[in-house]
Amino acid sequence: MATTIEPPTIRTPPPARRTTGTRREARPLGHGRPALLMLAPFLVLYVLFIVGPAVYGVVMSFFDTSMVSTGLGTFAGFDNYGEALTSGDFWAAMWHTLWFTILTTPPLIVLALVFALLAERARRARWFFRLAFFLPYILPSAVVALIWIWMYTPALGLLTRTMTALGFAEPNWLGDPDWAMVSLAVTTVWWTLGFNFVLYLAGLQDIPRDLYEASAIDGAGPWQQIRMITLPLLSRTTSLVVVLQIIASMKVFDQMYIMTQGGPNFATRSLLEYVFDVGFTDFRSGYAAAASTLFFVAVLAVSTGWVVMTRRQEPEL
Amino acid sequence: MTGPPRNAFTRRDMLRATLLGAGTLALPSCSAVGAGLLDTGPSAGSLAYWNLFGGGDGVRMTQMEDGYRRANPGVDLQAVTLAWGNPYYTKLALATVGDKPPDVAVSHLTRMKTLAAGNLLQELRPEDLERHGMTADRFNRRAWDAGLIDGRIYAIPIDTHPFVLFYNTKICDEAGLLDAKGKLRPIRGQDAFVDALTRLKKVTGQYGATHGINSDTATPWRLFQTLYAQLGGEVLADDGTRIVIDDAKARQVLDFLRQLTVEKGLMPGSIDYQGAIALFASGAAGFHLNGEWEISTFQTAQTPFSMTLVPNVFGGDYAVQADSHTLVLPVRPDQDDRARLDLSLGFVRSMLDQSLTWAEGGHVPAWQPFATSGRYEKLTPQSDYAAAADAAVYDPPAWYSGSGSNFEIVMGSAVGAVESGGMSAEAAIAQIRSKLSELANTAPPV
Repeated sequence: MATTIEPPTIRTPPPARRTTGTRREARPLGHGRPALLMLAPFLVLYVLFIVGPAVYGVVMSFFDTSMVSTGLGTFAGFDNYGEALTSGDFWAAMWHTLWFTILTTPPLIVLALVFALLAERARRARWFFRLAFFLPYILPSAVVALIWIWMYTPALGLLTRTMTALGFAEPNWLGDPDWAMVSLAVTTVWWTLGFNFVLYLAGLQDIPRDLYEASAIDGAGPWQQIRMITLPLLSRTTSLVVVLQIIASMKVFDQMYIMTQGGPNFATRSLLEYVFDVGFTDFRSGYAAAASTLFFVAVLAVSTGWVVMTRRQEPEL
Repeated sequence: MTGPPRNAFTRRDMLRATLLGAGTLALPSCSAVGAGLLDTGPSAGSLAYWNLFGGGDGVRMTQMEDGYRRANPGVDLQAVTLAWGNPYYTKLALATVGDKPPDVAVSHLTRMKTLAAGNLLQELRPEDLERHGMTADRFNRRAWDAGLIDGRIYAIPIDTHPFVLFYNTKICDEAGLLDAKGKLRPIRGQDAFVDALTRLKKVTGQYGATHGINSDTATPWRLFQTLYAQLGGEVLADDGTRIVIDDAKARQVLDFLRQLTVEKGLMPGSIDYQGAIALFASGAAGFHLNGEWEISTFQTAQTPFSMTLVPNVFGGDYAVQADSHTLVLPVRPDQDDRARLDLSLGFVRSMLDQSLTWAEGGHVPAWQPFATSGRYEKLTPQSDYAAAADAAVYDPPAWYSGSGSNFEIVMGSAVGAVESGGMSAEAAIAQIRSKLSELANTAPPV
């Protein structure tokens, strides 16, 4: 019995609508009015809930706005910015955020790559390894914080008991100003490794198999293969992971707020937590808006740096 | 032209999904969630009550809420417990600013002033309070007067909760610190206190006393304030715009505390709040310095203990750090609703009537009809430290001060750092001055 395979019908797209007159150059808005109408709901919400409040925040930063009174309050000019730039607490919070970024970004990139390489090589139960590394990422921050608070509890926590059982002195995980940020970084690496891990897995699967075969024929060992083939071909993924990781680390808030409340002695207060403390707890929204705008400029600088760096790779940017 | 593949998401699926989604929206419309989503406001028979009581206090407050529910079956009491300290007050203030406050809320007396200055609290008129039998003469004088702002009433005090000394009766007996009746002999002066702790350390083999330090800025501040006020010192003046720390007295207190933790090892310098409780409950220490509210915790742990006033270590006029819990009515859009006001005040009165349960939780009651009754006298060890209510030193008034406020965080962090050995007394005082002066020089946002 002969089977017939129907060739797939190719449906040609309808011709682009043309106004009378000459053909135009490539239109960035596509099909004109219908495209704008489709985008309108998103644009309206975007302007109302993101652009609008951001602009209001910048306006508010020039006034002594209070959370508990209506209106903008008295005009303060650049006083709020001056106070933020000369405030020891503001710069300390910036430094804590930077330190946290330095502590978490390299492990989150290197470890994610290592685990992705290992998971890729697993022959059996590959699904289990992928699940195991990704699962912590879907937990909400409060759950992660609670688990790790218990693990870090002095004298009673799991980590402490392990350390003392092995014969080491227990560090004061969350109570020592020098250790607290490291403990928070460990928690964060455990939690968010999964996201970079998945990005790297996807990147690894894009690398053609025959490159490895060809190099093996030429006598390359596994370590050389990783260095010469895998890492260079992962460079786009790596640059994406690096910039996403840096920006995400700069925005850290949950772990500090729940696990140490910015302590001990303000040693782990990140910049967003500082903005929260002065804006919501102290009711000084004008000053908080100024601090937050300065932080926005910092994050923007980082993102711009990335765009400049990857401009060569992405010609359409 | 072939249609979409078999398993594609068709128009029919889309319509079905939308109908189902709209249907599920109808379900929560009866509950508070639906009320919030649809902005219909609270139903007439419901009362929202926020508090910040966890631990031993939380157990007592739940009992009192259940008592109210039993006495008022027609009212749907929705009680919410939030994390103690800044998180609670931030949420309360923002909820009030956003026109969705609870009907009744707990507030520390020291924080209530800032809330009132921010126009977040309803003024309570004497005639409304009288309808529910709450007149000024039926409350502890000190707590009532401390809560007035220009003679106006914004809060009803339910207790005073001082810093107290818990002592393990068995260990103290072995150390020879008890009198003939089995109560702790009064300790007067620094040397007597150090001597008592040394004896206790010999018995337990670990520590003489414990109190929370790590991730706990309130307890080190309370201990510091108690000792510092015994020396007659003050920290802030003029509503927090001037810093009047007496360096010599502060130095004396900090050096004394450092001596106890770092040099003599009589108290652990690095333990968190729960750890300090656990050490005392398990008999690793003879004394525990904390607020009286942890009485329920030790009763549950069946530690043989009793409580008394914190010793007058520095010998001046007796002073002890304390605050009072009050019940406040946040400003709300339907303020003129007399029925809702009466419902809220009825709840407040019910809490006062259950002062016995609250006092069992360790607090010194502010409601005099109960405090002067025989039943309170019979409550031991609670009535042993009732004198603290009249020697209570509240936190200095300022927009950034109060229980769990930035002021306490600044003070407590510095004191805690000295006790853990991480900072010298001079550096701590310098840090306190610099951080407080930033706050003092900031224009109050309320």
